[in-house]
Amino acid sequence: MSYKDMKDYVVSLLNKGARMDGRNLLEYRTPIKVELNVSKNAEGSAKVTMGETEVLAGVKLNVGEPFPDTPNEGVLIVGAELLPLSSPEFESGPPGFEATELARIIDRGIRESNMLNIEKLVIKEGELVWMVFLDIYTINDAGNLIDASALAAIAALKHTVFPKLEKDKVAFGEHTKEKLPLKKVPITCTIYKIADKIIIDPNEKEQKVIDSRLTVAVSENNKINALQKGGNKGLSIEDIYSMIEIAQEKTKELRKILGDKQDK
Amino acid sequence: MVYSKRVDSRKFDQPREIEARVGIIKRADGSAYFKIGKTIAIAAVYGPRELYPAFKQNPETGILRCNYDMMSFSVTERKKPGPTRRSVEISLVTENALLPALDLSLFPNTVIDVFIQIIQADAGTRCAGISAAAMALADAGIPMKDLVSSISVGKVGDKIVLDLNKEEEDYEEGSTDIPVAIMPRNGEISLLQLDGDVEKEELLQALKLAKKGCDEIYKIQRQALKERYGGSAQDEL
Repeated sequence: MSYKDMKDYVVSLLNKGARMDGRNLLEYRTPIKVELNVSKNAEGSAKVTMGETEVLAGVKLNVGEPFPDTPNEGVLIVGAELLPLSSPEFESGPPGFEATELARIIDRGIRESNMLNIEKLVIKEGELVWMVFLDIYTINDAGNLIDASALAAIAALKHTVFPKLEKDKVAFGEHTKEKLPLKKVPITCTIYKIADKIIIDPNEKEQKVIDSRLTVAVSENNKINALQKGGNKGLSIEDIYSMIEIAQEKTKELRKILGDKQDK
Repeated sequence: MVYSKRVDSRKFDQPREIEARVGIIKRADGSAYFKIGKTIAIAAVYGPRELYPAFKQNPETGILRCNYDMMSFSVTERKKPGPTRRSVEISLVTENALLPALDLSLFPNTVIDVFIQIIQADAGTRCAGISAAAMALADAGIPMKDLVSSISVGKVGDKIVLDLNKEEEDYEEGSTDIPVAIMPRNGEISLLQLDGDVEKEELLQALKLAKKGCDEIYKIQRQALKERYGGSAQDEL
């Protein structure tokens, strides 16, 4: 189906308040599943499935020198790979624009919410700090990778434990029971606009014909921690306002799914 | 030097627990999950599809392109994302392990892409990747002369053992790792590497053990395909 045919089809459904998979416009696919500890050498890991979309996130910890301008802060490095294994449209090679944007969106949600208490990651001020490497891998791209990745990232961080430290070196493979120092947890929801319709959680066919999107990281007390406007059409102030309201509502649902998850 | 009891108390000719499934990645043309002990591999197949740039196309045959990589958190010390010399080499030997089972002359000018990712590593990752990839190719409906089953054998201390785990691979008093892939029906070997120090007779013994291990893997691979496609899959293989 051509781009135009697909877009006409999606829009004609949306005009009737319908979607190709029978959902409402503002409904996530179900079930949303969060599975913890999917990779046991990781200090923390999680798999999120949202409909047929599937993403893995894993955390590794090491120690190293802090950045010179932040001698009393730990280091967080977020990476994302859109694996060619997960979609016929992704290609091998170094992370492209899309993967880099994805990593940056997740990074900013975590950083700006102060979820990670980076002052507590200092071992010796100015000399030795914990470095947190969070890596995201897509397994199946059936649309809305951003929300699935953000949820997987948060779930992995929430269940990350420190490795054992011996004489300022990490004893690889040995985990303690001590968890990362976390504060308020942000949840991310992306709102998409197609023609004049607003939807969430597009599948891969809908995702192809969106005009614009707004990703919103919402804090525990319903504040906005990070925004990212995407897509090549503009949004009005009214659009943005109502998109944020939707994100505030929808992140409550995601937060509940995450909260129900206990350690294995 | 005497290795009297395996670290995980398996018999010397006993593989770790194996789990296999196909059709795990919906967007792929074929896909598979293969777990052996704590090592987990997934594989996806895309194609036959058009090959670009066009000068790489071969009018006589399709091309197989394998890409093996490990997730950064799959190992105890983080692996930097992206290809390494090791992953490039494993991609190549994986291609060579799978090619003899395929006849790509049916698909001129195309490419079949095989992507392998290691989610969790505890030795034997290239073998797990090959076993997964062979199932994914079958799941994608690529005509195959045979499946490919793969397992590592080796020498730990003074014993020839099947399916070394990481602790055995790192055995202080000497360990030889021999990854092997076999086409189970005709018994031909399509992957053979060795790192260590063994006698010729020991190698022969190890290869016989690898054959036994691959036969076991073959059963599990077929069972997984059968579960998805019903009884007929078995006859076609």
